[in-house]
Amino acid sequence: MSGAQLRSAAAVVGLSIQEGVRKRVFLAVLVLTAGFLALFGLGAHFAFKDVDEFAAGVPDVLDSHAFTGATIFGLAMFATLFLGAVLAVFLTLGVVRGDAESGLLQPIVVRPIGRTTMLLARFAGAASLSAAYVLVVYFAACAITEVTGNWSPDHLLGPALGLALAVAIIAALSLLASTVFSVTAQGIVVFMVFGAGLTAGLMAQIGNAINSDSLHTIGRVASWALPFEGLYTASLHALISGTSGLTGVVLQLGPFGGSEAAGPGLVAWAFAYLFGVLALAAFVFSRRDL
Amino acid sequence: MAAPVLAVRELHKRYGRQEALAGVDLEVGAGQLVGLLGPNGAGKSTLTKIACGLVRPSDGRVEVLGRPAGSPAARAALGYLAELFRFPGWCSADELLRFHQRLAGSSGGEAERRELLDLVDLGAAAGKRIEAMSKGMQQRLGVAQALVGSPRLLLLDEPTSALDPVGRRIVRELLEELRRREVAVLLNSHLLSEVELVCDHVAIIAGGRLVKAGTPEELAGPAAVEVETGSGVKTFEGAVREDAPRIVADLVAAGERVYRVEVRHSSLEDVYLDAVGGQTG
Repeated sequence: MSGAQLRSAAAVVGLSIQEGVRKRVFLAVLVLTAGFLALFGLGAHFAFKDVDEFAAGVPDVLDSHAFTGATIFGLAMFATLFLGAVLAVFLTLGVVRGDAESGLLQPIVVRPIGRTTMLLARFAGAASLSAAYVLVVYFAACAITEVTGNWSPDHLLGPALGLALAVAIIAALSLLASTVFSVTAQGIVVFMVFGAGLTAGLMAQIGNAINSDSLHTIGRVASWALPFEGLYTASLHALISGTSGLTGVVLQLGPFGGSEAAGPGLVAWAFAYLFGVLALAAFVFSRRDL
Repeated sequence: MAAPVLAVRELHKRYGRQEALAGVDLEVGAGQLVGLLGPNGAGKSTLTKIACGLVRPSDGRVEVLGRPAGSPAARAALGYLAELFRFPGWCSADELLRFHQRLAGSSGGEAERRELLDLVDLGAAAGKRIEAMSKGMQQRLGVAQALVGSPRLLLLDEPTSALDPVGRRIVRELLEELRRREVAVLLNSHLLSEVELVCDHVAIIAGGRLVKAGTPEELAGPAAVEVETGSGVKTFEGAVREDAPRIVADLVAAGERVYRVEVRHSSLEDVYLDAVGGQTG
């Protein structure tokens, strides 16, 4: 990529970020996120307080603090992924076909920047903004559980990066969908794919709970086919990977059921998947008449 | 003769079974203003889009300054305003031009932005958000945007469709200025009077084919003076306005009674209607 193309790409990344930040929807997302974090803080406060009272006279066989902290934080992780996915889809909505139909794309594409660079720049803008958002919400939720219950995850950074990579993959899938579908269809398709990934994770969880190898395998294969789900379950696992004994066993029955360590291949596969999706999007875009 | 800025050779474009362009040849030289006319669906926008690399041709060749249309070098040499366009409503006119300066690699800075906004009479609206602008202002901003980076070729697809008479005049004067600056312009328009006023050359497309081309004068054909006399209507082919008094004097001297005199020449509209055979899209 030449210097001129890099400067053009930086301009498009800047425009994407500015566009995302200056739209009213982003303000709405921020307000809703503040609401979510406030509710989460309130919930965490009462959850720790009630569990502490409830467990006061019970023999110390279960670390009630760790159980409560991990459970509510696991739920916060799901909310963080969901909100990050919404933002990633919103930031990539109509980037190719939608913008071409409304006439926003043509003045940019006729410039020397080139279609592939333009597409990658739009991805970089959307992915960086949604990944940053996910990291902020994740660490805010982390701080809330630390302050309200003096609990923090066993691994702090790994799950955060896993979630950030997961939303980047969702942004790439949404971008690919934008090269083929109109705006409404794009939104529907990407959220259906997102739902399919979560369903795959649920299947793996159920397979794990009822000890069904077949169900577990189907769920795992499907969640690798949509690796944002694999990254999410691996991030969940990393939260409690250091928690052992009865507490660890009981946690597996909750939102952590079916969570598995990333393993050496998952992150590499997730990056390969991400590049593959972007390459396919660039190919489809390059063949498209505008 | 200097090489054309835009050269279109045997251009074909098919969408499935439909042939949008069926072997079009066209040239636009430096400082030349070419008007592209034709009914809706004739292939004018398709030709323009192929020239700026938005649409791939099925066959034939389009070159901008000798480079294949759509290549980075060709795109660097042109400015384009689409018929259907939209700019981000949240940004200001100045921000939009700054963004396009970065995309075009223009080093013109604030001076270029100010000059372009003044050229389209938007100097006072530099900080105005695009969503707060009228459609006409947005169209003039579109023309300014197309001129960022001083392109050698300007492709304008219906640039005056949303403009009021004052806005049209501004664009017309701008086109005259571009001619002085040796910029090649391909103007795609339905407004025959506009084309007749500003273009050096006119090309009429119908059904994907170039059906007529030439200067407005060549296309308009010979003039005539028509006189209604007591013995019937007499037509003097080739006569112009200045010949009318002499013709009338001769007829009166010959004992004819003159009731009406009309100086005729075919307008671009007549030529257009004749060329497209009354087609409409």
